[in-house]
This record gives sequence, structure tokens and C-alpha cells, in this order.
Amino acid sequence: MTKRVDAIVVGGGIHGCSTALHLCLAGMKPVLIEKDYAGRHASGVNAGGVRQLARHIPEIPLSIRSMGIWERIEDLLDDDCSFESHGQVLVAENQAELEVCRSRVAELNALGFTHEELIDAVELKRLVPAVADTCPGGVVSRRDGAANPAQTTTAFRRKAATLGATVCEGVAASNIRQLDGLWHVDVGADSFAAPVLVNAAGAWAGQIAASLGEPVPVETVAPMLMITSRVPHFIDPVVILRGRKLSFKQFANGTVLIGGGHLATPYQDRNETVLDWRSLAVSARTVFELFPVMRGATIVRAWAGIEARMKDDLPVLGPSARHKGLYHQFGFSLHGFQLGPGAGAVMAELIVNGGTQTRIGDLAIDRFHPSTL
Amino acid sequence: MSTPRREAYDVVVIGAGPAGLAAAATAAEAGLSTLLLDENAGPGGQVFRAIASTPVTERAQLGADYWVGADLVKAVRASGAEIIQRATVWSLDRHLEIGISVGGVSAFVKARRVILATGALERPFPIPGWTLPGVMTAGAAQTMLKSSALVPDGRTVIAGQGPLLWLLAAQILRLGGRINRILDTTERRNYLAALPHAFAFLTSPYFAKGLALMREVRAKVPVISSVSELSAAGDGQLATVTYLAGGRRETMQADLLLLHQGVVPNVNLAMAAGIEHRWDELQLCWSPVLDQNGNSSIDGIAIAGDGAGIGGAGAAVFRGYIAARAAVEALVPASAAKLTPIAELRTGLVRAERGRAFLDTLFRPAPQFRIPSGDTIVCRCEEVTAKDILEAVAIGATGPNQLKAYRRTGMGPCQGRLCGLTVTELMAEARGKSPQEIGYYRLRAPVKPITLAELAAVAKTEDDVKAVVRG
Repeated sequence: MTKRVDAIVVGGGIHGCSTALHLCLAGMKPVLIEKDYAGRHASGVNAGGVRQLARHIPEIPLSIRSMGIWERIEDLLDDDCSFESHGQVLVAENQAELEVCRSRVAELNALGFTHEELIDAVELKRLVPAVADTCPGGVVSRRDGAANPAQTTTAFRRKAATLGATVCEGVAASNIRQLDGLWHVDVGADSFAAPVLVNAAGAWAGQIAASLGEPVPVETVAPMLMITSRVPHFIDPVVILRGRKLSFKQFANGTVLIGGGHLATPYQDRNETVLDWRSLAVSARTVFELFPVMRGATIVRAWAGIEARMKDDLPVLGPSARHKGLYHQFGFSLHGFQLGPGAGAVMAELIVNGGTQTRIGDLAIDRFHPSTL
Repeated sequence: MSTPRREAYDVVVIGAGPAGLAAAATAAEAGLSTLLLDENAGPGGQVFRAIASTPVTERAQLGADYWVGADLVKAVRASGAEIIQRATVWSLDRHLEIGISVGGVSAFVKARRVILATGALERPFPIPGWTLPGVMTAGAAQTMLKSSALVPDGRTVIAGQGPLLWLLAAQILRLGGRINRILDTTERRNYLAALPHAFAFLTSPYFAKGLALMREVRAKVPVISSVSELSAAGDGQLATVTYLAGGRRETMQADLLLLHQGVVPNVNLAMAAGIEHRWDELQLCWSPVLDQNGNSSIDGIAIAGDGAGIGGAGAAVFRGYIAARAAVEALVPASAAKLTPIAELRTGLVRAERGRAFLDTLFRPAPQFRIPSGDTIVCRCEEVTAKDILEAVAIGATGPNQLKAYRRTGMGPCQGRLCGLTVTELMAEARGKSPQEIGYYRLRAPVKPITLAELAAVAKTEDDVKAVVRG
């Protein structure tokens, strides 16, 4: 039986869930289709960084828009998502790196962005007392922070369902096609039809785009994370390094999350990843050198979530260049979690109003000319 | 204490209990480069714990079955297998790469075949007060008994069911330990359910031994049958045990409560590797999906012993031989002809497994001792109660992995060993689904925690060698 709805959202990551919720807030009745369960992949298992810091310039307006939503996330979702705002700090480990930081902040200031501030060694030591004395400074984005990714994605899904979204979990969307101006998608024995289709399928979104005639240069990746046993509280902000692959966050319960973008081998068809322990050892080594206080901590678990990375590291966000009623929202390239709330709001505006005040033009799918593939 | 001598082996056997000892000896005798890794100070696993070092010298005290382990150890030591004790295997993946920690130093080895012989764990026994100091598992008590000849001397209560409970009680008594009361939680209806399997049991080696053990213990300790409720209480330390039996509730003083309601396969390493498991409705636990040679869903990884499904030490030895024989046939077919014929091994296995269905049915733990309610703690690491979990289910948690987002269950250092089965069954009951549908935690390496310093020391890329050490 075909059920007529206002919009079909494929993918129950934070992006699909956020878009479904914002469509509900605009008075629409969407269906959300997720082949596993909401937050099963990257959205539920990422580092939880809520970061405006060190972003690509074309996505800064979206990041700022999103930050405004994060700061009242409990009002939106009736769930605090364990969001806390202790800032994010980029550490320069030497003078050369500090110079790169200096020109970056100057460039942002010239464009009118003021969220990133250059800091000296004294302010760095104040913000991150445990950092090695040799570090000459860095950059801080003071409104940034972190949240619990699984809790957040689940909260978006739950609120969307409460406001009238139909949530289908456990069966993949299939047979996506357009008939007489309506998008049709099968979910097991059921079928949905709607004038609007949102492709928010994460690592699986590239295949959907290609099957609809819009191939893009995208690969499946699985960034690794590991978490330690509880150690005494020693750090508040999220710390990332300028020169080496490392991000670092201590939670309220004392556990420390270590990430930074080293990749596992994804086996997408099996929902599985195989970790690369030699790379994780490099992360451990970096932490060992930078934070002596961590040397006795134990690693209790490591994992990786499957997601999509674009060739130019920028997401695809906006209407299809080929089909009416089709919208893309994928390819967030290891930094999509913070953008989720804002991207859902923007997507709902594009669908309902036909446009948005948030500057996202550089993220459109038509930036990929067939010759660039 | 040493790290592995080579970077790659034909066969790596993990666990030196009965299955692992048999498998490693077979593979090495056939000429395969074989590494046997074991977490304990000496070989033997739990059943033959401290077989090469126990201070208990009077053989009758630990029973004749225990000393069978000595022959297995002798065989593996003569086989040419490289044996590393106190080796913690913390990672195994589908590429057959193994992360090992020995003496605080980690190393990786590759294998052409892996045989997992990681044995069994005690089933969680989540009753009110089970986290109090003074309450421990029977298995932990047996570990102290075998390795250090330590027995309880305070007011001691043993509660639960299963063959190991009676064995432990007998061992404690023989070594001069004290047991004030045994609270048998076996359900009366189980005797009836087990009846169809009784003939096989009566003709199995378990029967005479089991009967003799129970008679020996009952002669010295009062045993309360059909205990249907059990709780421990005390202010920061066990003080009393309360139970209900035959409609009568009684509270008794106790210094030590030993809990046991059977063992289940230790599946953590196999699950973390990505091996497919199924819910076993009879044994009420997860068991790996295996072919008749013990091969798992991952090419090159076989599982032998109780980790393949509880079968006891006798069956474990045969499963070890069979899995190793399959590895030899795959890697050096010419050598397989010299090994014990497969038909003979299978006959031996069938004989060793005789009577198991009777035991599984008779000692199937009662629902109230597997699925707790109210304020009883389920996840000890994060102090999550049964009520907490039901509340999370009510607001949308559908399985153990989703539950992590609400309650962090299974995310502590034990990686779900103490709560996993309880969480699966509790959520299955609350949602009206089968445990198979509800599923289990997705487990990840490190299966046992390793220190950050130890992992850091593994990093040996060229950049790292050149890097200036800061800090």
C-alpha cells in the first residue's frame, strides 16, 4: 500500500532526524526511513564535538546558524543532549604553527567572522593547564563545546516522532523513483509517496545520488575514536592540534575521548569496521607526549563510525541540480555533527519557503562538474 | 615473560584451558608454527587452574578429573608450540591480526588460522545486594582455592545451582573450609522437564560423580531446596542473607555469600572480531554460529571449548582436537593423516557431551534470578538498576546498543561481561521480543583494557621515531 506523506527523508543520522523535526515544526508530515536505527553509524558514535573552530570558510555561516540552535537545544528537544560549552582550543605546538593560526584568524576577521580568537601561551595555559609548557599559543572558539552524539541523535528522532513524523527503522529504503511529480520509496512491503525527497543517507547517500543521475566524488570513511577509563578532572575545553591529528575531550564522568581522524577500514555492506591499531597507537603517543597526566590511564574501548567524505571535504547541501523535489544533505566529511541542527533548519526552509537566509551556495551539488569526478 | 618471537604464525591458539591445550599440541605436532597465548600465570584454564603449580598436593582434595590437565600440559610442552603465559589478547579482527599485551608491552601478530579457546564465564546473578562486599561468585572463590589453597572461614552461604556449585562446595569442605548453608535455587519443575534426558544422563560419566559429590556435601552441610527468592543485605558489607523456600522466609547472618547459577560462553573476543552469534534458548546465552569443525563465520577463525557452547572439560578437549585437525588439513594436508582419525574424535565428543541436555534442562536458571526488577543493580560499572533500564525502554531504547545512549550500560571497564545477558533478557521481556531480536552489545577492542602508555609505545612509524619527545 502506498502512503502519501509530505516529505520522505532517507537516513536517520543527525541530519535526517533534524530535517524531519524541522519539517514537522513547519507543519509538514514527513516519513523518516532508516535502514538500521537512528544514530547507528557516524551520527551516534562520533566525537560529539560542537565546533565552529577551524572550519572551512564556505560552511562557517551554516556552523554559526547551527551554534544558535545548540545553545537552546533543550528548548527544542526537551533533552539537554549532554551539551556543554567550555570552548574548543586549537593548540599550536611551535612558532611556525602559531603563525599559521595568526593568519587564519586575520583572514576570518577580514571576512567579518569573529568566533575564532588568537591566544598566547599564557591564555593557553589558563584554558588548558595540562598542556605542555613548550606550546606558544593557539586559537580559541569560546562558545564551542561538546554533546553526547547518540543521545542527541536519539533526541532529534524522538522529538520528530512526537511532532508527527513517521519513523521507519530497521528496513532500508529501496526502489527510489519519481512518478508523475511524486517521489516513491519502498520500505519492505510498504511504499511512501511525497513531492519531496531528502537524501540524508550518510555513507549510503552517494549511491542514491548516483542512481538518480547525480554522481559526486565521495568515499566511505570510518574515523576512529578511543575512550579511556576515568581520570581526575584536568581539562574543560575540547582540544585539537594544529599540526598533528588529535582531538581530545574529557567528559564530566572523567573519561577522556581521543580522536583526530585516523581511519579504520570500513566494510559498509556489513555495517562493520576493522580498526587500525597502529594508527591509534600514534594518537596514544601524541597524548602521551602532550598530556603527561594521561600516561597511566587505560584505553577501555575503540571504535569507528561509517560516513561519507567528499573530495573537497565540504558537504553537499541543497536542492538537486536535476530533479524537482529532490534535496541532498550528505557528505559532511568528518565534521557534520555540529552542523546537524542548523542543516535541518536550513533544509526545512529550502523545502517550505524555497530559500534560506543562511549562506550555503558553495555547498550545492552542482559544484561538481562531470569533469571533476 | 616474553613477547612473541615471530610476527606471523600458522596457528595462534587463544586460551590454555582443555580445548586450547589440546588444539595447540595437535597443531604444533603436525609441524605448524603455533603460538599458545594464555592470560593466567600457568596453563590449565579455570577447570585445571594452577595445574602446574597448585599448593594442593593431596590429589583427592581436588578430584581425579582435575589431574587430567597435567597430561594435556605435558603434551603441549613437548609439542614445540610457543607458549606465553600472562598474555592478554586485547584485539582480534577479521584480518586475523591479534593485539597482545605481555608484561605491559603490546605487540601484534598475524595468523593463518586462529583457534579461540576462551572458555566460559559465570552467568550474572543479579539479586538485591549482589554488589555488596562479602558477596562474590563461586568461581572467584574456586580461583583462590586452587591457586592459593584459601578457603572461607567466616559464616558462609552458597546459593544457586549447577554442577560447579556442588564441586566447589566439596572442594571447600575437603580443604577444611566452612559452609553454613547451601541454598539450592533449582526449580522443582525442572526435574520433570529434564526427565526425558535422564537415561542419557544416567549412563554418562557425570551421573556417578555428581551423585557422589552431592552426597558428600549433604552429609556435612544443611541444604535448603527450591529457594525461589534471594537477597543480600548489609551496611557497606554483607550482614544477612534472606531467602524464601517452600513458602517460608528466613533471614540468616552471613559473612560470605557465594553465588553461582552456571556458566555461559565467554564470547567477548569472538564478538569483537565480528563473529556471528545466536541466542541459545536452552542454555540461555549467546553462542557462536559454527560448523562441525568449529569454524566460525569469519574465514580462518575457529572456536573450541566452552566458548563454542557449554559442554564441559571433556568435550572441550575433543573440540580442541577437532578444530586443530581442521587447521592442519587446511594448511598441511599431508600431516593430517598422522593425526587421530576425525571419526574417532567425533565419537569421543558425542560420548563427552552425553548427559549435557539433562544438566542444561535441570539447571536452567529461574527467570527471577536472571531478570531482576526494581532497584536491583544490573550494570555494576555505571550503577544502573533494572528500573532505570525499563524507564529507558519506555522512552524509546529498543536494544542494548541504543540503551547506551540513555544509560551508558555496558560502557564501563567490564565491557558488559557482568550485565550483558541480563540487559538482553530484561529488554526482551519488557518489549515482548525474543533475545535474538533484541540482540547484544556491539563489543569493541580492546577487549581487556590496556594502558595509554602501552599503546603509545607501539607507535613506530618513521615520523614518530624522528619526532622530538615533548612534554
